[in-house]
Amino acid sequence: MTWIDIGALDDIPIRGARKVKTRQGCVAIFRTEEATVYATSNTCPHKGGPLEEGIVHGAKVTCPLHNWVFDLETGEAQGSDEGRIATYPTKIEDGRILIDAAILGQQAA
Amino acid sequence: MKKLVIIGAGMAAGRLVEHVSEAGGWEITLFNAEPRGTYNRIMLSPVLSGEKTYQEIVTHNDDFYATHSVTCRFGERVTAIDRAARTVTGENGTVSYDKLVIATGSDPFMIPLPGHDLSGVIAYRDLEDTERMMTLGEGAKAVVIGGGLLGLEAAAGMHARGVDVTVVHLMGHLMERQLDEAAGYLLRKELIGRGIKVLCSSNSKEILGEDGKVKALRLENGTELPCDLLVMAVGIRPATAVAKEAGLAVGRGIHVDDQMITSDEDILAIGECVEHDGALFGLVAPLYDQAKVAAQTIAGEDARFVNRETSTKLKVTGCDLFSAGDFAEGDDREDIVFRDPSRGVYKRLVLQDNTLIGAVMYGDTADGGWFHGLIKDKIDISDMRETLIFGPAYQGGAALDPMAAVAALPADAEICGCNGVCKGQIVTAIEGGAADLGAVQATTKASSSCGTCTGLVEQLLAVTLGDAFELPTAKPVCGCTDLTHEDVRRLIKSRELKSQAAVWQELGWKTPNGCHVCRPAINYYLLADWPVEYQDDPQSRFVNERKHANIQKDGTFSVVPRMWGGITNAAELRAIADAADKYNVPTVKVTGGQRIDLLGVKGEDLPAMWADLGRAGLVSGHAYAKGLRTVKTCVGTDHCRFGTQDSTGLGVKLEKKLWGSWTPHKVKMAVSGCPRNCAEATCKDVGIVCVDSGYEIGVGGAAGMDLKEIEPLVKVATEDEAMEWVIAFVQLYRENAKYLDRPYKWIAKVGLDWVQDTMSSAEERTRLVAAFELSQTIYQKDPWAERAEEEEARKFAPLADLTLEAAE
Repeated sequence: MTWIDIGALDDIPIRGARKVKTRQGCVAIFRTEEATVYATSNTCPHKGGPLEEGIVHGAKVTCPLHNWVFDLETGEAQGSDEGRIATYPTKIEDGRILIDAAILGQQAA
Repeated sequence: MKKLVIIGAGMAAGRLVEHVSEAGGWEITLFNAEPRGTYNRIMLSPVLSGEKTYQEIVTHNDDFYATHSVTCRFGERVTAIDRAARTVTGENGTVSYDKLVIATGSDPFMIPLPGHDLSGVIAYRDLEDTERMMTLGEGAKAVVIGGGLLGLEAAAGMHARGVDVTVVHLMGHLMERQLDEAAGYLLRKELIGRGIKVLCSSNSKEILGEDGKVKALRLENGTELPCDLLVMAVGIRPATAVAKEAGLAVGRGIHVDDQMITSDEDILAIGECVEHDGALFGLVAPLYDQAKVAAQTIAGEDARFVNRETSTKLKVTGCDLFSAGDFAEGDDREDIVFRDPSRGVYKRLVLQDNTLIGAVMYGDTADGGWFHGLIKDKIDISDMRETLIFGPAYQGGAALDPMAAVAALPADAEICGCNGVCKGQIVTAIEGGAADLGAVQATTKASSSCGTCTGLVEQLLAVTLGDAFELPTAKPVCGCTDLTHEDVRRLIKSRELKSQAAVWQELGWKTPNGCHVCRPAINYYLLADWPVEYQDDPQSRFVNERKHANIQKDGTFSVVPRMWGGITNAAELRAIADAADKYNVPTVKVTGGQRIDLLGVKGEDLPAMWADLGRAGLVSGHAYAKGLRTVKTCVGTDHCRFGTQDSTGLGVKLEKKLWGSWTPHKVKMAVSGCPRNCAEATCKDVGIVCVDSGYEIGVGGAAGMDLKEIEPLVKVATEDEAMEWVIAFVQLYRENAKYLDRPYKWIAKVGLDWVQDTMSSAEERTRLVAAFELSQTIYQKDPWAERAEEEEARKFAPLADLTLEAAE
């Protein structure tokens, strides 16, 4: 697996998120705890809401448009809503956030 | 005999000397910059607090070195290593070696704040530092920067000697590497309870001195903490200078292989100065392993250092806490959380694939060893999962009492703020025969005024009467708690809960940090009730209030600058038009609140647009906020032939006074200059209609999902009185309403009579206005100007743009 450095851990507040632009669309990077990050699609499958703007609680995020809640580990919508967001591998090294380089090449593959 | 030179006499070196002299065959020279041999550095904290003496923690004394023929060169710094000549030069001369071991340990990291070189600014590393702290007399003041293990031990130790100690910690909670937020909160509470001041999320700015001696620490927010001694305990760095100068391979630490050999085969390194396989070391167990491996390598034996999994059982004198393994949230991980607010107990277990991988505990750590065993041995816990958190002794038991929070209240805790009724009085009344809410109201007056404590009174009935009382089902805030909004508000005040962590812990929240429903509410309650102590948390706000703009259905934002009382001018309009052009704003709309809305702005353009608008004097209109929106006005006596008062002037004054304040829901106001009511004041949250004889103030209007006409609150004669009443009303609403209740909904619950009764007291109005003004000193700041600054503006841009990166 090839990893790409996308920024410093401290660039994202705890229980906050930032987005990363890729040619496949935006990826949201969530920091749920001091040293825990998740990467998922930034787009809510319901009406396309930007998930990076949602409230992060536990390992979940709530879409800012219509309050759909997604589990950041599985990508599954919670409760009675049905849908799933893509999730991507990440890791933290020396205070930097790394993301699986595969997100760059999915379309080409 | 061959010659072994060791640089450094710390704990790793001490162990190495033992191993090598045991095996024999080497003539040892031991350098130490400290003027003494090896002692147990870990035990400096008990020395500081007075529980032990230095003599008790010495591990190698003069006798030991004499018996083992170790040449001691203590108090002597090594200045150079000559690898070609195989010599080590100290301040008092040169010695040759066959093998050299570098064990220089680590240096405390000193933050290069202005004034860090003043006398009285020290680290916490060695005996000298400890002794320096011990010289402080009773009543002296000390500041400790750093709320990690070492900093807290220094603080606790000095406090035990009667020193007035303040801990300043950069992060949001103490010991953030070892503890999660909830355990950090309990630790902080314990330390504060002992009398140690603890400031979290506090950034140090400079150290102030007088005559070359430390006098105070100034924080970023301007606070000055006077001190006679300042201790920096913010971390350590491997001490690699000597190795680096000698040309050895050095990364973060001195690179060593599995045999502890550096890039020079005759030089080894052990301890906190080394980097092995990317890892640095701070705990003593692996250092002892390294010493053993190094001794074997020197003896020509085959040995390998393996960095074993270490548990971090921690001890801050008198605080019972335990942390082991990995307790971060992560892929496929699950939490089991147990909180017992009355006993101050918190336990959290982290599970992965049916095994325990991490545990944090506070208050009751008796089962720590057992949990650590489960982590180390990777035991499958699926069979005991249900009862795991109760520990090895658990044999079945009752579920946690959802009313524990109320049951735990002391008898003198105030339940009914309106009538000043304590828990004890209510319980006495219930025991005396008051068996339902009405009876309690009649006997004690509790819950007979504003009614927000009704839920608590009912819970007291349930707790006191047991099954004999049937609790009416009140709607809890959300799935994270059984408490209602009113209960939570009341408990935040009566139990003085001043942080989110305090709310989660003391009120027994079922989730680690709430959800999108409760967290914004809790954030509001905390900042409304404790404006000075609590710090607003942007991550607990809905996107609009975090971004200070309204999100639209396509993810773009709308921008509405403030127009005081609906008054603008050519320069402002020009700036708005320029911004609309520059940022390709597709829609420009005039709002119902008498201002201009720029719709369709891209999120990343917001800071630049705000900066442009700010240059023309425009500030945020808070069109996105649960706060004051606009004060709509008509032109009043300025121009209108019917106007009775300066309605525009009053509107502008009100808006200037009230803007920036957070309220339970949005607040819209209007001032009409005469009963013709051109400003439509009679359907606002607060509406003022001017008449010849003064100002008629009405409250609780609405023109949204519900249509409501305002109800008359009061009629006053002067503009000053009108200002006072409106401000006091807003503050009363801020202090009492449920989050997301507009004033009309809140008034329907508490009754207009109660509002009028409360506000009829001049004393209460003065208190309300003062409380509001205090809050405004903190919150009346233009959020746009703050976020247009470079540092903040960066946060609106994507973290990274990978659209130009080539795929593999």
